[in-house]
Amino acid sequence: MSILVDENTKLVVQGVTGREGQFHTLRNKAYGTNVVAGVTPGKAGQDVDGIPVFNTVRDAVEATGANTSMIFVPPRFATDAIYESLDAGIDLTIAITEGIPAHDMMRVYTHLKRGDQRLLGPNCPGAISPGKATVGIMPTDVFTPGRVGIISRSGTLTYQISKEIGDMGIGQSTVVGIGGDPIVGSSFIDVLAMFDADPDTDLVVMVGEIGGDEEEKAGAFIAENMSTPVVGYIAGFQAPPGKQMGHAGAIITGSSGTAQGKKDALEALGVKVGTNPTEVAEIVADRLK
Amino acid sequence: MDLFEYQGKQLFARHGLAVPSGEIADTPEQAKAAAEAIGGTVVVKAQVQVGGRGKAGGIKLAGTPDEAYAEAQNILGMDIKGHTVKRVWIEAASDIKKEYYASVTFDRSAKKPLVMLSAMGGMDIEAVAEEHPEALARLHVDPLIGFQQHDARWLIYHAGIDVPAQKGVLDALMKAYEAFIDLEATLIEINPLIWTADDRVVALDAKVSIDNNSLYRHPDLAELQESVTDDPQERMAHERGVTYVKLDGDVGIMGNGAGIVMSSLDVVALAGGTPANFLDAGGGSNAEAVATALEVLLSDPKVKSLMINIFGGITRCDEVAEGLLTALDTLGATLPIVVRLDGTAAEEGRAIIADRAPANVVVEPTMLSAAKRAVELAKEAA
Repeated sequence: MSILVDENTKLVVQGVTGREGQFHTLRNKAYGTNVVAGVTPGKAGQDVDGIPVFNTVRDAVEATGANTSMIFVPPRFATDAIYESLDAGIDLTIAITEGIPAHDMMRVYTHLKRGDQRLLGPNCPGAISPGKATVGIMPTDVFTPGRVGIISRSGTLTYQISKEIGDMGIGQSTVVGIGGDPIVGSSFIDVLAMFDADPDTDLVVMVGEIGGDEEEKAGAFIAENMSTPVVGYIAGFQAPPGKQMGHAGAIITGSSGTAQGKKDALEALGVKVGTNPTEVAEIVADRLK
Repeated sequence: MDLFEYQGKQLFARHGLAVPSGEIADTPEQAKAAAEAIGGTVVVKAQVQVGGRGKAGGIKLAGTPDEAYAEAQNILGMDIKGHTVKRVWIEAASDIKKEYYASVTFDRSAKKPLVMLSAMGGMDIEAVAEEHPEALARLHVDPLIGFQQHDARWLIYHAGIDVPAQKGVLDALMKAYEAFIDLEATLIEINPLIWTADDRVVALDAKVSIDNNSLYRHPDLAELQESVTDDPQERMAHERGVTYVKLDGDVGIMGNGAGIVMSSLDVVALAGGTPANFLDAGGGSNAEAVATALEVLLSDPKVKSLMINIFGGITRCDEVAEGLLTALDTLGATLPIVVRLDGTAAEEGRAIIADRAPANVVVEPTMLSAAKRAVELAKEAA
């Protein structure tokens, strides 16, 4: 097994005819993901390398049975695209778009949590279950099939850690980028719970960074609810307060959201935190012995 | 984007929140003229985006226009916690009966707006929250329903707002929430919100932050952004659209992706060095992005060595290596540069650098070894 994306994924891509959308859609398809449809308003009837294009997500779902959507539209249209996907009954929406306003995300999040659909992102690289399916922008060569789950707020760090454990002969069940924005649809806890329920995931690596308190909340969840072991990593020990470090969500506010605070909180709850990606890989290898 | 007090107050006024009448001044002459126009006793307030202005001597009463001139002369140019005062706000002095605290914040933990109210205003609210948590009434708002009058009443009763001020505070809270929504703010803080001798409720301070991601919908607010940085690298990076944060060390750092750059700073520190900056050249770091990023890094005279940390994903490391060579050709940098390439086409990239790069560019196989080497080279050059 694996989580979120696999051979049952039927993907519709919102923004499929855009430059980035088309590029990554075709990469996802080439990896083996079942891409069933694309959506671009006004372009119904066209196709992208054989993938039929529809005017609306609802049309695409009715015609193809799509259950997963990937959103590639610019920020000013992305909020609407998320609502459209949710309204069309899509089980899992993956929003790659970076730059969605925070107030929009407060409303989207509140709406989302009234139902049982899932949203990954925004500002995320997507998810990959190596050997089965990839949805998003991750470089697929970095990953190998295996039994370690990875959850991260950062794309490149995920690739780095996956590569390092891959070099040790350890593969991944699913790798999930939850996104670098202050509000994202799925938290560490949401994804940790899925990994804990997955019989094919033996260990989870959680890659956090400065800003917010999701890592601390996840620590409490791990301690109270999880039987699968978790290894942590936190980036941003050198980040000064009040400065946004690339991601909209990576900012220390006052004295809260520091890397040290997160590391201390996690370790107090029994979650070992590596000081650099290489050490994280070594801890993972050691735990799996 | 953080706004100055005077900008916040002007926005408050536009949203119907009562503020003292005031004017902005860049010179003592303007301060004097403003005091004359306002009449009576005025307050001269340093415009800096940092707390503790009053204690630092950045807020003074002036009984006459000449006193306003003198106070402005003292305050303009003053350094308050590293911020130079460039402007002062001159406003009518208020007759304060009591100071309250009110705020609407974007609570990222709860993913909702949080409205807070306290009868203990005018002081550090974090201290109030710690020492007298019962004195700070807090209420989360459902963003799909909005802030209702009964929400405001609940806060007012629980904060213990004085009866004669209740109506004014209710009005202020409703307007503050409206402003929060209209401006797509992440923070609206009024500390103090005062109850005046003539029973009005007035915002005596204004701390407003706007969500950068929403600025495309608010061109008027985007224009309010004054260059708050005097740092030449930060300004250069801003102009060229490079994600850059200046730190005070001597190892310049660049990478592709926020996470890997944050991590690079950490490993440089673990190797005993001090990072000079955060620079994310972006996920698709092509030759041009590399050149622009390098230009920003090399313009910092404190930088003694560079660590370039690239994890090739969709971006190919050989393209990054070519970009680096082109950039170095143009810029002619001589300081030591440590490059670490991993991921897609890493071997090709390393070969390009080994074959064709100038002698000051060295390749290291891992992130840790690259950090160590960059730190050593910075120390040798210092």
